[in-house]
Amino acid sequence: MRYIPNSPEERQEMLSEVGLSQAVDLFDSIPADARLARPLDVPDALSEIELLARFESLAARNHAAGRPSFLGAGAYSHYSPTIVDALIQRSEFFTAYTPYQPEVSQGTLQAIFEFQTLVCQLTGMDVANASMYDGSTALAEAVLMAERVTRRRRVIVSAAVHPEYLEVARTYVAHAGVELLSAAFDEATGRTNLEDIEGLDETVAAVVVQSPNFFGCVEDVRAAAERAHAVGALLVVAVTESASLGMLRSPGACGADIVIAEGQSFGVPVSCGGPYVGLFATSEKYARQLPGRLVGVAHDKQGRRGFVLTLATREQHIRREKATSNICTNEGLIALAATIYMTTMGRRGLQEVAEQCAQKAHYAARQIAAVEGYELPYSAPFFNEFVVRAPVAADELLPRLADAHNITGGLALSRYFPGRPNDILVCVTEVNRRSEIDALVAGLRKVQSSKFKVQS
Amino acid sequence: MKKASTHITQNEALIFERSQPGRRGYMLPPLDVDETPADELLPAELRRDDDLEGVPELSEVDVVRHFTRISTWNFHIDLGMYPLGSCTMKYNSRLNERVARMPGFANLHPLAPEADSQGALEVMYELQRHLSEITGLAGVSLQPAAGAHGELTGVMMIRAFLDKRDGGESARHLMLIPDSAHGTNPASAHLSGFTVKTIRSTPEGLTDLEHLRELCAGGDVAGLMLTNPNTCGIFERNITEICKIVHDAGGLVYMDGANMNALVGVARPGDMGVDVIHLNLHKTFSTPHGGGGPGSGPCCCTAELEPFLPTPLVTRSGDRFRLDFDRPSSIGRVKAFYGNFGMHLRALASILTHGREGLREATEAAVLNARMIAHGLSDIYDKPFDAPPMHEVLFTDKRQSRKGVHTLDIAKRLIDYGFHPMTIYFPLIVQGAMLIEPTESVGRHEIEQFVEAMREIARESVEDPELVLNAPHTTRIGRLDEATAARKPVLRWKPAEKTATA
Repeated sequence: MRYIPNSPEERQEMLSEVGLSQAVDLFDSIPADARLARPLDVPDALSEIELLARFESLAARNHAAGRPSFLGAGAYSHYSPTIVDALIQRSEFFTAYTPYQPEVSQGTLQAIFEFQTLVCQLTGMDVANASMYDGSTALAEAVLMAERVTRRRRVIVSAAVHPEYLEVARTYVAHAGVELLSAAFDEATGRTNLEDIEGLDETVAAVVVQSPNFFGCVEDVRAAAERAHAVGALLVVAVTESASLGMLRSPGACGADIVIAEGQSFGVPVSCGGPYVGLFATSEKYARQLPGRLVGVAHDKQGRRGFVLTLATREQHIRREKATSNICTNEGLIALAATIYMTTMGRRGLQEVAEQCAQKAHYAARQIAAVEGYELPYSAPFFNEFVVRAPVAADELLPRLADAHNITGGLALSRYFPGRPNDILVCVTEVNRRSEIDALVAGLRKVQSSKFKVQS
Repeated sequence: MKKASTHITQNEALIFERSQPGRRGYMLPPLDVDETPADELLPAELRRDDDLEGVPELSEVDVVRHFTRISTWNFHIDLGMYPLGSCTMKYNSRLNERVARMPGFANLHPLAPEADSQGALEVMYELQRHLSEITGLAGVSLQPAAGAHGELTGVMMIRAFLDKRDGGESARHLMLIPDSAHGTNPASAHLSGFTVKTIRSTPEGLTDLEHLRELCAGGDVAGLMLTNPNTCGIFERNITEICKIVHDAGGLVYMDGANMNALVGVARPGDMGVDVIHLNLHKTFSTPHGGGGPGSGPCCCTAELEPFLPTPLVTRSGDRFRLDFDRPSSIGRVKAFYGNFGMHLRALASILTHGREGLREATEAAVLNARMIAHGLSDIYDKPFDAPPMHEVLFTDKRQSRKGVHTLDIAKRLIDYGFHPMTIYFPLIVQGAMLIEPTESVGRHEIEQFVEAMREIARESVEDPELVLNAPHTTRIGRLDEATAARKPVLRWKPAEKTATA
């Protein structure tokens, strides 16, 4: 095995050195009845050539990966500058461990400190942690944190939050004594109905909204904050499309108490759902209630500035069952990718990406709305995603679009909302060229006029 | 030893401090659609009003130099032995990185139609099958994103199973955890609504069976969370008996698979009576640790527990692979989409590269390396437990501390010898723990050098303790004042006029 430095002969010598005659003696402490008496039923080793061929053929069966796509819904195709992936592949970053020994981990620690700062700047919050697994688990942790901060046990979550995020939150709170309630969204605007949130009273720990929400609509976050704060609840804001932070008023500026986001948009490939990176930020007064790792400034005896993992008394390796979270390993390398992305794009690039996303999405929305039979059901402002109501069932239309026009046209909302067969969630980013958008529009026109009868 | 510290590579400022207005590191194509007027795009009150002030402005060269320079301050596996006990810092192959970056995988959207994602589903299905064979457990979910996440999943499954078996909400609320366990175990148990009780270890470093029986006698035991080999690097030789005691008491056995790399191809948790286990793909199957993640923590379980695994699961019907969402007993989702798919790819590539023989060979080589270290250091350092170590070996600072040199000092001095420190002060059941795990990725010569360095430090501890107490001497910075850092936390950069600290 080429990854094992010692040859079989060397290992035989080493065995003798420690007083054993054969490799099997190394496992004497495992009782015979607990041992595997046969070889594993795993294939024989593949050479590099064979392995690459095998994975190339598997990759080739992911037809969707090679197609122009208008899928978003929690995972977004953005441009990532070449240096992002090149830099995270440096051995020093990708083969290092969690920076528990600061003297030999300053590269990772400084990068995390920079990540925390960038997350604060973009979300408009005071403190951010070193990352969570992804947006969905970050939301679940935010719900648990709201319970710790307020000592209240009911949390109201907007029905326009990503359905998978909601499912994860439900799983997390199932045994934590937290009750999740739902706030409806308005069928005309597509926004959470903030005027009349059922159950919002002094027993509520937090109100959770997503903005832009699952349907792409930008929420009135300031109003949500006012409603939550009026009863002493926290406002948790979730962001799945972090590119929007380059344009939208930051959740912090709107009064959010906890902001969680999926950071995948910042230079990370969609990669069939992971690894991504969860962003988690809050205000200074709640810093000691944060889940996960935090990096802070420290100095050595000579007064030189360095960085260390800090406030560890919140964490599981110190507090065990009393920890703020069970998280240990987070998404370090992906947080680094996001840091390099945000730094490379910089102040102006993050703004320009957001501007292009919004412009292209609005162009696409206008063109689609002009096609007979298609409508945009929601009136609220949107960023780069919007719902299209098609004249035919989405799960018939989308495969046709893929087959005949080689376009993944968006997400059939019936995947999460069975009662909405004709609705498609369309996402447009800076990587979608005008020709692709025009092809989508032409495809939608053609598919509906030639292939299907209009459903009532 | 004095280190030159004025060189530019030793003094890289923060990206915010390097920022110069007007510098750019990117270029986008010009907007190619008809422009929508700003106020129609988004009302002013929904737009940012801070112009992203403070976000850095740097050229591409600035960015490359910045991250390259700070990277050189890291120790890493490719540089040398990284003997963190329980963390399993084995070689991360570049081949696996290449596989994960194939456009057919990297550009695949998680919500693309099943028919157009067959390759990815097959990858997950095949990995599930191999993990099932390796653990001897029938059910596998790849959804958990890390070890602690897999633990949480497994413990929640135990909860769901007991609730179903006992009807309604099970009265069993007690989770037993040895005092040597990882901190994530009690944290995960607590998050799942269990009360944690600690089981003592015996003077041999094993789970105390008498104490286990005693705790099981109460009738309210939901389960046991056990690491095996345990965190002292010792195989729990009574494992079959332990599982029987817990099962007889009506509970289930959860195994923390952090140390599974000591067992692959040699023994299987499923054959020992374990009900559910998580694996750390970033330990056992060599996906990179990345400076703290991403990990991947698949959960494997018996056929009996399989209905409770998270949703969806990847299944096969004929030559088609599909996602099964119809799982009424499932604990639900623990993560959006299907887990850290990029890590699944790397782990599968690692398994296929090793093959049947290679997997066992890696296990043997890892245990042999740990045995060499035990052999080389037992006469100099206190080894609290006699049992021969599996893949990692535990020492303490008992002898050196008589001269005032403690585990932390030994660890820091090791840096001067070119090695990353071992895991320190864990497990908690011995004072001044030093847990050393070489893995299979270290050659004989490097093991000998490590042993030599440790012996040298032991000698220095007697002859020149100050040298050890002030280590490291060769790094860019010395030991940092962590107490002040925690007392007056500075957790982000702010412009100079607003704070003087950062």
